[in-house]
Amino acid sequence: MTESSEAKIWHEIASPFCGIASDDLTIKVEGNTVTVEENGDAVTKKGFETPITDLQPRINGEQVSLEQAVNHAAELLTQSKQPVIGGLATDVNGLRAAMALADKSRATVDSMDSDSAFRNILVLQDTGWMVTTLTEVRNRVDLLVVVGSDIEVDYPRFFERMVWNKESMFDQDIASRQVVYLGKAPSGDASTSPAGKKAQVLTCDDADLPEVVSVLRALVNGKQIQAEQVGGIAVADLAKLAEQLKQAAYSVITWASGSMTFDHAETSIQVLCEMIKELNAETRSNGLPLGGKDGSTSVYNVSSWQSGFPMRTSFNRGFPDYDPYLSDSKKMLANGEVDVLVWVSSFNVSRTPPESTTPTVVIGRSGMTFNQEPEVFIPVGVPGIDHAGRTFRGDSSVAVPLRKLRDSGLPSTFDVLSAIELAMPN
Amino acid sequence: MITKLTGGRIYDPAHGIDGEIHDIYVRDGRIVDAPVDGKINDEVDLRGKVVMAGAIDMHTHIGGGKINIARTMLPEDHAADVVARTELMRSGCGHAAPSTLTAGYRYAEMGYTAGFEPAILPINARQAHMEMGDTPIIDKGGYAMLGSDDYLLRMMAANNDQEAINNYVAWIINHTQAIGIKVVNPGGINAFKFNQRKLDLDEKNKYYNVSPREILMRLARAVKELGVPHPLHVHGCNLGVPGNLGTTLDTMEGIEGLPMHMTHIQFHSYGTEGDFKFSSGAAEIAESINRNKNITVDVGQILFGQTVTASGDTMRQFAGSPHAHPNKYVCMDIECDAGCGVVPFKYKDQSYVNALQWMIGLETFLMVDDPWRIFLTTDHPNGAPFTSYPHLIKLLMDKSFRNDTLSTLHPEAQKASHLATLDREYTLYDIAIMTRAGAAKLVGLADRGHLGVGGAADITVYTDNPDREKMFSKPDYVFKDGTMVVKDGDLINVTWGTTHVVKPEYDSSVEVELKKYFDRYHTQKMGNFKMSDDEIVDDGRGSLTVQPLHKGGKV
Ligand SMILES: [Zn+2]
Repeated sequence: MTESSEAKIWHEIASPFCGIASDDLTIKVEGNTVTVEENGDAVTKKGFETPITDLQPRINGEQVSLEQAVNHAAELLTQSKQPVIGGLATDVNGLRAAMALADKSRATVDSMDSDSAFRNILVLQDTGWMVTTLTEVRNRVDLLVVVGSDIEVDYPRFFERMVWNKESMFDQDIASRQVVYLGKAPSGDASTSPAGKKAQVLTCDDADLPEVVSVLRALVNGKQIQAEQVGGIAVADLAKLAEQLKQAAYSVITWASGSMTFDHAETSIQVLCEMIKELNAETRSNGLPLGGKDGSTSVYNVSSWQSGFPMRTSFNRGFPDYDPYLSDSKKMLANGEVDVLVWVSSFNVSRTPPESTTPTVVIGRSGMTFNQEPEVFIPVGVPGIDHAGRTFRGDSSVAVPLRKLRDSGLPSTFDVLSAIELAMPN
Repeated sequence: MITKLTGGRIYDPAHGIDGEIHDIYVRDGRIVDAPVDGKINDEVDLRGKVVMAGAIDMHTHIGGGKINIARTMLPEDHAADVVARTELMRSGCGHAAPSTLTAGYRYAEMGYTAGFEPAILPINARQAHMEMGDTPIIDKGGYAMLGSDDYLLRMMAANNDQEAINNYVAWIINHTQAIGIKVVNPGGINAFKFNQRKLDLDEKNKYYNVSPREILMRLARAVKELGVPHPLHVHGCNLGVPGNLGTTLDTMEGIEGLPMHMTHIQFHSYGTEGDFKFSSGAAEIAESINRNKNITVDVGQILFGQTVTASGDTMRQFAGSPHAHPNKYVCMDIECDAGCGVVPFKYKDQSYVNALQWMIGLETFLMVDDPWRIFLTTDHPNGAPFTSYPHLIKLLMDKSFRNDTLSTLHPEAQKASHLATLDREYTLYDIAIMTRAGAAKLVGLADRGHLGVGGAADITVYTDNPDREKMFSKPDYVFKDGTMVVKDGDLINVTWGTTHVVKPEYDSSVEVELKKYFDRYHTQKMGNFKMSDDEIVDDGRGSLTVQPLHKGGKV
């Protein structure tokens, strides 16, 4: 986070756009133009380099002052019987303000990545899990199993930083690390070792993954399997993987719940998590749920500490009412249950609200365009570019500081949501 | 603006005041002398009331990763205690793992004005402080956890001198915004990552060849030599293991007179006698505490009912996971720094083991002579939620209530304990020591826990009720920094307390090696690990209070 005088070069900058929140980026800032100079990838470049367009809020497409837009949003919420504060892609302070506003306006809170997040949260709430974090993986993993996910698309630097790093603190021979894909095959070569060793790939259709992981768990537990194939994978190959897991000193099983889009994927994640617990009777093994892009790990953390419950919590009755099914904002919108939607999206201009006839207030990153102009649009700055902030990494243990890199004059999500709260009558 | 609190019966052990009647004057959040001109702006009549400083919880899990996991994983527990929004208060939830807002309100409503998170993983410090930053009214702070972090163990394996370790410890305290250092199952959380399943006091971590005893010595010396007032805060080896009594005694005797705080000692005071191979070691433990004046303890009393255990001790939490109720748990290895385990648990009065745990805690309270060296905790939420403190106070102050409760518990456990023969009843003065003056001294809060001129006006006023549970549940008034926040047991104002820290000096060259370590092995840069003061002050609601170091602290 050092700053050189004229060119404005920033070092050790963290990216809030991807769940591994790499914080070794070098960023150049000239006026409002931001360029990732070092350690960028497709996700972080888009995140940092998307230009600012609007500076002015709009009501029904007409430019207005920030105060007018805030008052209009407050009026909509005051009149609303069933508001939703959705999207929730922002930093911790933005989320704090969103929770305070939801409490006051009796809204339901939900995140744009809830479908993905709940595949994990439902497991956490039902049976729990044993999991690890990125630095542990970087130093300890000897067998990495990637389940149902092509992780390099959303986490381009995962292998570079956590698997094929130069050295381990514990003198491990990095080249001996093994990578196995179960389910989806990798789309690129990120998982291939520097020496050219390719990952082992056992592919099956998503639809067969529940059965495949159940058989793997049974094999880990020494059960006899009659079938020779499951989902197109030879049971002998799964038996070998089960043996590898038992022999490994520190295996890590990772999945990106965002790519596990089949029905009831949470039950497959649960089977994996129970298998990991069972492996720990003799050796060490851990899960690594990958997620957390655009601040989605921050959402359930802040929501949990402020209300006790993760998102999909309604304040309609004056107290937190958690229901991961009934308070799914997409379903609520589709069923016409929502009379005002406040959509918070301060990281990614392409993440706009779902189309609906519901009056909508967008607190969105400048540069956002709409097929359907929202009733209110308030362009805001990006946490980690236009204002300081904090975001949780996907593994949840680490919250990284985000720096203010330029002076665009755009308000923060916190500023706007707090102003709306203040503008509402008590 | 001077407020006079008139005629209360004062219990202020820091000044040796045991129930004397006198007035207190408050100006700008501080206790001041009586104005020479006699002019006051406001007066509160406290005649007939009991007056103490605001209570201080020196060990309560109120902020950070593990307690937030507990919150997320226990919707069924919250559902029974959801809290509605009022004009003054945000909505939230209570019971075992309350929301931050509700926790602050409920502490204040009980007359508590400070709480200290005892297990801040350095790598998770930012989260811990963000959660405490959303905890209203009470002051807060925390102890940074070391002892299973690879950086310390590498230094010890390389035989670095004490000076180097002191520098590292001071650096950690500064950059995690802590007020002390805690060690949890010394080296054991680390050993579990290498698949070791137990680590006794002299057993070696198999990678580093370092023992818990060595870790305790190094850290206890560092804390002492840096002048950090709070002694090394120790969650010992073998938590919950029948027979751990021997290790606990050895830990206390073996620290060679250095100041050391043994936390939730109840969980470390078990013998193996009797048919159940589980017995009370409280008498031996109390005898050792009474003899070793360098030792302080908090009890970690269990009370019956549903709760959740949340601990940095991954090794022991995993071992305890088969007892989870409801049947779910989380264990985590964290960032070559530490770990955590979250296991919901229900203490049952008809369980022999749980009943005896209850008795062991109370035996310890009653057999440790010096109330300045023993502290009232349930290790919230591990033994019970903090909201049960008034009940616990009644158990300590009221022998017949205690024995009536005892007589309803598992009959074999009753036979295994001599609790019924202990006649001691804590006095109001004892309670004021344990929960105020002693706690402030232990944590290192110069301006809290007492009612002397210059102290912060954190003041709790009770009606003297023979039912001590009722009395301590609903104070008449609570003042926080001079503002009346509770009246007749109800919250009337929401304020935001400060965060207490210490800032021991260190040689900045310590960062040369640390930076290399972060660059080579970590997934976060050293510069991003460090928490700035601004992050606590945040949106203007938080503030930092730097407490003084002990004299003779050498750096
Ligand atoms: Zn504790």
